[in-house]
Amino acid sequence: MELTYEATSAFAKSFGLIYLIALSVGITVYAFWPSLGKRFDKAAKSVLDDEDGPCR
Amino acid sequence: MMTRLTTIERQGAMLLSGLIAFAGLALAVIGRGDAMGVHGWITLILAGTLFFIAGNAAYAPEPTEDRTKSYYDDPTKIGLLLALFWAVIGMGMGVWVAAQLAWPDLRFDAAWSSFGRLRPVHTSGVIFGFGGNALIATSFHIMQRTCRARLAGHLSPWFVLLGFNLFCIIAASGYLMGVTQSKEYAEPEWYADIWLVIVWIVYFILYIRTLARRNEPHIYVANWYYLAFILVVAILHIVNNLAVPASFGAAKSYSAFSGVQDAMTQWWYGHNAVAFFLTSGFLGMLYYFLPKRAERPIYSYRLSILSFWGIVFFYIWAGSHHLHYTALPMWVQTLGMTFSVMLLVPSWASAGNALMTLNGAWQKVRDDATLRFMMVAAVFYGLSTFEGSFMAVRAVNSLSHYTDWTVGHVHAGAMGWVALISFGSIYAVVPVIWRKESMYSWKLVEWHFWLALGGTVIYVFAMWNSGITQGLMWRTYTESGTLAYSFTDTLVAMHPYYVARAIGGSMFLAGAVIGAFNVVMTIRNVSHAAPQRDYPTESEANEPAVPAAE
Repeated sequence: MELTYEATSAFAKSFGLIYLIALSVGITVYAFWPSLGKRFDKAAKSVLDDEDGPCR
Repeated sequence: MMTRLTTIERQGAMLLSGLIAFAGLALAVIGRGDAMGVHGWITLILAGTLFFIAGNAAYAPEPTEDRTKSYYDDPTKIGLLLALFWAVIGMGMGVWVAAQLAWPDLRFDAAWSSFGRLRPVHTSGVIFGFGGNALIATSFHIMQRTCRARLAGHLSPWFVLLGFNLFCIIAASGYLMGVTQSKEYAEPEWYADIWLVIVWIVYFILYIRTLARRNEPHIYVANWYYLAFILVVAILHIVNNLAVPASFGAAKSYSAFSGVQDAMTQWWYGHNAVAFFLTSGFLGMLYYFLPKRAERPIYSYRLSILSFWGIVFFYIWAGSHHLHYTALPMWVQTLGMTFSVMLLVPSWASAGNALMTLNGAWQKVRDDATLRFMMVAAVFYGLSTFEGSFMAVRAVNSLSHYTDWTVGHVHAGAMGWVALISFGSIYAVVPVIWRKESMYSWKLVEWHFWLALGGTVIYVFAMWNSGITQGLMWRTYTESGTLAYSFTDTLVAMHPYYVARAIGGSMFLAGAVIGAFNVVMTIRNVSHAAPQRDYPTESEANEPAVPAAE
């Protein structure tokens, strides 16, 4: 297949657009998925515990 | 520090530095009579010195420490000191070139001290020397703490840190000799570029291997930002530096691209150097040190994930806004402009997330200059990303492009955001890893803060005024349709602002010198304090950890 300007720009304008939209939807769903909330809270607090939390 | 390595590791260090020294010798022989030969000698001397440092400890007893019980902070310590060293060098060069623009006699008529050669020493010195070392050092610190695991390997962190600094030295010394491949922020020639690829791949492997050893199930968001920084910078660096050397015995090379493709590749690189070198890694710093210092978890962890992917996938398209009104196809210009405007959303999400984290802890910001460094950095991040989106709009760009407004914008980001978050992180991390009670002098931290903030504000306001004046004078026509002002007229109008910029830059430099002094005095004079806990633990062990609210 010859790599022409028309072919690459058509590919970028169609597939590129779809993949960006799919990706942003996917990431948004992941970030706001309700049952992951606990895991995210724990992660956010984990950095505070690593240096001055209780000793084992 | 050498005695903390095992005998095998010391032998490995000797082997590696010996090989690099030989490579330097080969470069010196093949490139004799050219700047490449000088770089060979520099490599030979530096690697040879390391060889003798390692060899000196070759017969020292084996280390007795239990490596599973502590983090490996020696490379972090050296990295932070190197960052401060480069800060003083790079910002000093910046003040010199700023002063040259105000008073051209300060060139002193030498070839090496011309503006065109000193300016890349300034840009590479602050971006790669200061910023790069701060990023590498803090990434070593953060990846260990957030993974609760020691660095994967004891030789590779040294290889990454010292190899990167060899690249910085080759870059800076090359500029003074006139070596450049004429690509902004990618000036070093082919052999330095190949060396950086090797160093960077080792860095990436080290990071992935440390993550693989982690005792923490979730990979904290700061690590994602650092990983994006390492991975994307590798891609950008390799593609933009594709070139054919004119000969293998000299520095000169020719880019694999030509014309507008070359320009687009360069600005795809250039803008993403801003994105992934000067933003992504420093956001990693922000997401770790700001919650840590404020003793509050990040306001919204979900938002931090969302803005991470937003930044990664929008920034990569924004580079073409550097080429408005050029031979670049119009739709590519519009694409870059659109993505630049969209970038405001994830950028402000990060800045807002940082400030909302501090909401409720403003008394800490008032009392603690270290936290204030981070808070003001987040504010400048928000301001400069807004300004950047605005300037990428084609109509605004027609006024701002090629003027000092661009310079002001870059410095609002580089001084206000990148340098302030780095200094804040350095003040937060130095007492922890050197096991000190506190910094040597909190008053000096205050002095540094106000000098840095004052210097940045003076600098940025001077360049806004200068740039808009310059842009308006360029586009003013007389009634008969000719240009109203000559180029020299604009220089005369800009002169007072250039003087103001030199003053602002000097204040910022003075702050950095105070900061370096304060760190050195902390290491030498402050009494030892054992931390309550700063070592790796198993994931089960941290289950009953004290909630952050208590």
